[in-house]
Amino acid sequence: MKSLEELRAIRAKMQGKVGVRAENENQIRVVVGMATCGIASGARPVLTALSDAVQEQNLSEKISVTQTGCIGLCQYEPIVEVMEPGKEKVTYVKMTPEKALEVLRLHLLGGQVVAKYTLSAAQNGLK
Amino acid sequence: MYRSHVLVCGGTGCTSSGSQRIIEKLEKEIAANGLSEEVGVVKTGCFGLCALGPIMIVYPEGTFYSMVREDDIPEIVSEHLLKGRVVRRLLYDETTKTEKIIPLNETDFYKKQHRVALRNCGVIDPENIEEYIGTGGYEALGIVLTEKKPQDVIQILLDSGLRGRGGAGFPTGLKWKFAAQNEADQKYVCCNADEGDPGAFMDRSILEGDPHAVLEAMAIAGYAIGASQGYIYVRAEYPIAVKRLEIAISQAREYGLLGENIFDSGFSFDIELRLGAGAFVCGEETALMTSIEGNRGEPRPRPPYPALKGLFRKPTILNNVETYANIPQIIVNGPEWFASMGTEKSKGTKVFALGGKINNTGLVEIPMGTTLREIVEEIGGGVPNGKKFKAAQTGGPSGGCIPAEHFDVPIDYDNLIAIGSMMGSGGLIVMDEDTCMVDIAKFFLEFTVDESCGKCTPCRIGTRRMLEILDKITKGQATLEDLDKLEELCFHLKENSLCALGQTAPNPVLSTLRYFRDEYIAHIVDRRCPAGVCKDLVQYRIDPDKCRGCTLCARTCPADAIIGKVREIHMINPEKCVKCGACMEKCRFGAIYKE
Repeated sequence: MKSLEELRAIRAKMQGKVGVRAENENQIRVVVGMATCGIASGARPVLTALSDAVQEQNLSEKISVTQTGCIGLCQYEPIVEVMEPGKEKVTYVKMTPEKALEVLRLHLLGGQVVAKYTLSAAQNGLK
Repeated sequence: MYRSHVLVCGGTGCTSSGSQRIIEKLEKEIAANGLSEEVGVVKTGCFGLCALGPIMIVYPEGTFYSMVREDDIPEIVSEHLLKGRVVRRLLYDETTKTEKIIPLNETDFYKKQHRVALRNCGVIDPENIEEYIGTGGYEALGIVLTEKKPQDVIQILLDSGLRGRGGAGFPTGLKWKFAAQNEADQKYVCCNADEGDPGAFMDRSILEGDPHAVLEAMAIAGYAIGASQGYIYVRAEYPIAVKRLEIAISQAREYGLLGENIFDSGFSFDIELRLGAGAFVCGEETALMTSIEGNRGEPRPRPPYPALKGLFRKPTILNNVETYANIPQIIVNGPEWFASMGTEKSKGTKVFALGGKINNTGLVEIPMGTTLREIVEEIGGGVPNGKKFKAAQTGGPSGGCIPAEHFDVPIDYDNLIAIGSMMGSGGLIVMDEDTCMVDIAKFFLEFTVDESCGKCTPCRIGTRRMLEILDKITKGQATLEDLDKLEELCFHLKENSLCALGQTAPNPVLSTLRYFRDEYIAHIVDRRCPAGVCKDLVQYRIDPDKCRGCTLCARTCPADAIIGKVREIHMINPEKCVKCGACMEKCRFGAIYKE
């Protein structure tokens, strides 16, 4: 180890990974439905894409990416729910890894709900 | 990159209840479910709740599973790790009281705790230096070497108010200052990891859970006092701690955090391990250094103090494991941060190993000034089986008992000394109403008699004479003159012993005499043991009004001491009775009693 910068580079690399173990109430929780219906329609790549991106971008202390069982809307799987403290839950449906990363960029980082992927947009489209 | 981390406790407690096998099974199941790329298993140090081991936490959810068995693993993997459904039956009871699962740090055991020294225990993989760096590790060393002068470091420690966590509570900054002032061609930094108090395992858990924190602090100490060599004296009975220290030292060398020219600052420092053979006296600083030198571990008179003439007659500082574990964070967060915790003269936090008659056996870290009541009733979950709290023992064989009347005294160095005990290294043994205080004093004296090194007469012979008197008391053969003699011996040992082992050996006797003198008197004058522990003073009897003549007791008695026929009142023959209590346990009518 020759400098603090060198140490901090290792720290930055590891922070995202170790940060997965952080626990605090202010975290944004991103939950991916991973029941049989979710997995069958491709929830796993969505979950891993989100989790990897959050860790790579060193966001794991702020955003926790977890999984849950069947949400009850099997026809809309893969479903990703975003829960921000003090805000209403946003449900994204028929997710793909690409769409999920768009949600990460626009909603989780940019603060802008991606309306076109939400449950209400999907339901309105059916009417 | 893993989306989920499964942390399994690899401390000594959970390892002995099978956590290694659980890790192996877990890895197998994860692979069988095709999750090897997504879920990582991490073996950590102690989580603290040893009573509920083996313990497992799944992140990012923070799900806390306790008493996990190998058979539970397939369910955890296929339900939780694959499908995200928490296995509720394996959760820690307290977190499932309501529909919503309570987060761990809001449970009684964790919510009053404040983890500084144990910050990384149960959070990181102690065998991976990058995880330590990832939580801010070695930042303090980097800052110190590139931005601070040695005297700045000492000033930070002085300002923080950190006192030695080994028990005596000497200000750490002052110790470093003395060693820094003494000129010499070589100086040494030593770490006392010879934890020997019965029931104490704080240092072991830190070494097992966060070894790099100790290495980092020792390097900082080396820079502050001008030493280039460190030694960790650790007991060989701590094989997991020794192994993790060895791994940590070699990783730190590999990353250039130990060795030549660290952080390109011109400062070089290295650390070696020395294994102790488990002699209690080697926890005493001069004996410890004598042992590192390769001689028989015996203390020598002070002064000269180690800061002037220590290891190999060179200026040396010796600090305890927990003391070191606090230092990197004091540097990073500043002395004001540390001094904001605790009481006026005792800053920061203290780790205690809770043991004895308490529900949550384990490791806790609390801010100084927390009361005994909070530790025992809230964090510890109270005394089991509805028994009454009688006293807590702190400081091991050098400490004393704190009775229920001092339940609300804020715990810090000075308060504990004022009530006749001492902080000690942090063992805290809870005793309930079934404990005989004379018997407890005798237990600790037996320990010091065994562990006295024999170099000085007051300790070698004095402890033995004291034990003989205690033995007479518990057998009902003592007189009140014996009690006077016992107190006189206590005084002589305190005044005349060479090292702290002998000087503090009378403390368990003195403190029990101070608070439970009536129990001593009952043993001597009434030939009675109020708690019913001392076998020679206890008689088992059968209440003729309650006995139904079922013969169960007579059949249970291993000594054939109970006479009586079916449907007739039974009697115990005191000549034959060995006082094992088996009959009393078996009787369904509560007809057998002790007196």
